[in-house]
Amino acid sequence: MATVSVPAEGARGGLLRRPTATTGFWSWITTVDHKRIGILYGITAFAFFLIGGIEALFIRLQLAQPNGKILSASTYNEFFTMHGVTMIFLVVMPLSAAFFNYFIPLQIGARDVAFPRLNAFTYWAFLAGGLFIYSGFFLGGAPNGGWFGYAPLSTVEPGNNMLFYALGLLMTGIASTASAMNLAVTIINMRAPGMTMFRMPVFMWMALVVQLLLAFALPIITVGLFQMLFDRRFGTHFFDPAAGGDPVLWQHMFWLFGHPEVYILVLPAMGIVSEVLPVFARKPLFGYQFVVFSGIAIGFIGFGVWAHHMFAVGLGPVANTAFGISTMIIAVPTGVKIFNWMGTLWKGDIRFTTPMLFAVAFIGQFVVGGLSGVTHAVVPADYQQTDTYYIVAHFHYVLFGGAIFGLFSGVYYWWPKVFGRMLDERIGKLNFWLMVIGFNLTFGPMHILGLQGMPRRIQTYPPTLGLGVWNLVATIGAFIIATSVLIFLLNAIASFRRPRDAAADPWDARTLEWSVSSPPPAYNFEEIPVVHSLDELWHRKYAETEGGIVVPVPAGGAGTDPAHGPGSAGPEGHGAGGHAIHLPGPSYFPVVAALGLPLIGYGVIFHMWMAVAGAIVLLVGVYGWAIEPTSE
Amino acid sequence: MERADVREPASPTPPRARGRTVRHPSPKEYVRIAVVLAVVTAMEVGIYYAEISRALLIPLLLIFAAIKFVLVVLWYMHLRFDSRTYARFFMIGVAGAVTLYLIVLLTFRTFAG
Amino acid sequence: MESVHTFESEHEATSTGLPNTKLAMWLFLASDCLLFGALISTYVLYRGASLVGPYPSEVFDIPYTSVSSFVLLASSLTMVLALAAIQRGEMGRMRVWLLATALLGMTFVGGQVYEFTTFYREGLTLSTNLFGTTFYVLTGFHGTHVGVGVLMLLSLVAMSFTGRITSRDTMAVELVGLYWHFVDIVWIVIFTVVYLIPTGK
Repeated sequence: MATVSVPAEGARGGLLRRPTATTGFWSWITTVDHKRIGILYGITAFAFFLIGGIEALFIRLQLAQPNGKILSASTYNEFFTMHGVTMIFLVVMPLSAAFFNYFIPLQIGARDVAFPRLNAFTYWAFLAGGLFIYSGFFLGGAPNGGWFGYAPLSTVEPGNNMLFYALGLLMTGIASTASAMNLAVTIINMRAPGMTMFRMPVFMWMALVVQLLLAFALPIITVGLFQMLFDRRFGTHFFDPAAGGDPVLWQHMFWLFGHPEVYILVLPAMGIVSEVLPVFARKPLFGYQFVVFSGIAIGFIGFGVWAHHMFAVGLGPVANTAFGISTMIIAVPTGVKIFNWMGTLWKGDIRFTTPMLFAVAFIGQFVVGGLSGVTHAVVPADYQQTDTYYIVAHFHYVLFGGAIFGLFSGVYYWWPKVFGRMLDERIGKLNFWLMVIGFNLTFGPMHILGLQGMPRRIQTYPPTLGLGVWNLVATIGAFIIATSVLIFLLNAIASFRRPRDAAADPWDARTLEWSVSSPPPAYNFEEIPVVHSLDELWHRKYAETEGGIVVPVPAGGAGTDPAHGPGSAGPEGHGAGGHAIHLPGPSYFPVVAALGLPLIGYGVIFHMWMAVAGAIVLLVGVYGWAIEPTSE
Repeated sequence: MERADVREPASPTPPRARGRTVRHPSPKEYVRIAVVLAVVTAMEVGIYYAEISRALLIPLLLIFAAIKFVLVVLWYMHLRFDSRTYARFFMIGVAGAVTLYLIVLLTFRTFAG
Repeated sequence: MESVHTFESEHEATSTGLPNTKLAMWLFLASDCLLFGALISTYVLYRGASLVGPYPSEVFDIPYTSVSSFVLLASSLTMVLALAAIQRGEMGRMRVWLLATALLGMTFVGGQVYEFTTFYREGLTLSTNLFGTTFYVLTGFHGTHVGVGVLMLLSLVAMSFTGRITSRDTMAVELVGLYWHFVDIVWIVIFTVVYLIPTGK
């Protein structure tokens, strides 16, 4: 086994003695290992998924029939707001982050990310932000102004609800911004020798685009949230018409971030699908470069379409036309990806495993969502569609039918790598089919409801509108989804009952993470691999004969030390040159620093002295972090 | 404490280490830039008080600000001598900010009339 | 003194040959452009839209703020001289220039505080009108950035005394320097757009 070293017990020079535990509770609190951080993100995101799902079930129960009495109007507002906030900021983003954190170093052939302690901090800051927002339920009221928080409702409505919104999202925003710096630098700067940008897996490209989107979009919403916060708490007039302010400014701030945000939500899943399809079609991704460039184009153009969320606000025909056109243009690179995925499947040797099923469903469902999206781009049509359930249908098709299904594909695909056990295929397929049926039953009818005129964000509707039938169908569908999620949970729990004996490469896959054991050792690679091509692992396992037939390379493949090539030393290799592998040591300071954030938040809402205390905690955390020696 | 031989690089060059040799301006050059910055600032304040039309004043002020901005970025922040990669990141930020917010202000008809 | 050539080497080899920390700092500064852009354009949007006074022309003291601007520009010079000093291994000089930068930065912030209290006494608060709202928040954000910069500068000085920062740690000074210059160029924009460009009111 390679010898691994971690800074010695009580390493000098820091504010606190450096923790040394590698197992147990405290080892998780102080971990800087990207794999553990990825697992933390994943578990937390999944917990929020369950909560957000329960919120959705209440919404559907309330709307199942006209004149619903399950939730009061004010509670309903909290529930649909929190459902949106949860699913977007506390589920899809952190679930994507889980995959990024776990797999970026593995797929690029690195041992860790560029800034491991910063990485840990981002998780704790995210957790703090999520808990902070939810604490609103117990401290006067959860956010209730919609996930989009339109002013002046969000700045004028009495209560602290939207303060929890603004402050909580500022915290999660800090987490995501820091993460963006970290992961972007990691991908750009820490690739294994020989891994040029165009030999990176597509998932890495999508990860990079997402980090850049985060880096440039988050500052905008940061300002907007501060403006909302100040309007509520300190009497400013950013969105106050009585003083000459304009609530539409909020909409610009929000959607300048909000639109890139939706690509932040879906590009990771697109990256996952781009990994999964080739593996289970036993064919390389069709048009790799087109898929990469389309992802970049989507990211770039994604900054130019934001006002399509504001067509009915009164920006005028010039603005509306410009944004209508840019919105139609962004459909093109998206379409390119769809065709490339289909080209990947065409004449492939297809295995319909659970991850493959989720990936294929992603394509179909995302196309449906994309098509409704294109109809929104037609400005006069959008005048009718906007603020109706037609929009709700659209974004659930792309975000649930798209992003969540893609993420589930990733879960089933990478589960053996992370946990060393496979998820059961039969239960997985049951999970999948129930989810597909439930999802389409829930959101398909919403297209009709929208076109029949059912507005969004209403807690009930009268019986005379004829909306009852499809609403009931949708509610039934929602409970089928819930059942499918329960089945997934059972699958997950059952997998932990099995011994940890998954193979390194159970799927016969193509990328570097499958070249190490399942789960990987703490140091990822015994020796940093040298990369010669795209789909490096595949080319180590297989060569092509002159007739184009794929044949296995003798003595190649998973389980051997990749750096030594085929036919070389067995699995018990040693680090390059026999020297020890240094891993960054665990640290208290990321968690300490993150603790300062909610203190500041509560202080701003309730008692300013607490905000000062929180700032001090944050400062101490950051200072301790800065003077703690980085291990090399 | 001053070193006698100022041409020696601050850190010894390890054999076969990766990196690039980077030229830094001398302190004299930095001071010269500072003088230019001060002069331009003085000119800005000067034309502020001069009786010139808004149509002339505003573009001039913006040009002066741009000159100072560029000088600090290229020389003090060293972008003129550093890898293009840093400049590309920074330009995305600057260009992105200018473009996006200009569009927002246009939709509010800030510059109309 | 002649110009200096240094060898920018890294602890470990990176894909671009560039150091992780410097790359991260430039990405951070690029993203910070979006932050200040939002605040500045909010100011521009609401320029001249205040329904009640005090208005900018009534409270601004351009000569006073010009001095502040000179101070901050000078601090960029002292910052870059500090970097030049450590690149030559002159730790003592570096401390002097870092302290000078911190002092100039504190002078700037002090000047801002004085300016704010003067405006406050003249009736301009966060909630008086749109001018107060946008002005204080924009310059407040900037001032906070300067404050954080001062903390980092003083930390560098302190660390150089305890031996935590040695002549090999040019990167630390360079990174703080980049941040500091960025804060300066933001002020260059603010001084022009907020103070010098006339409102007509």
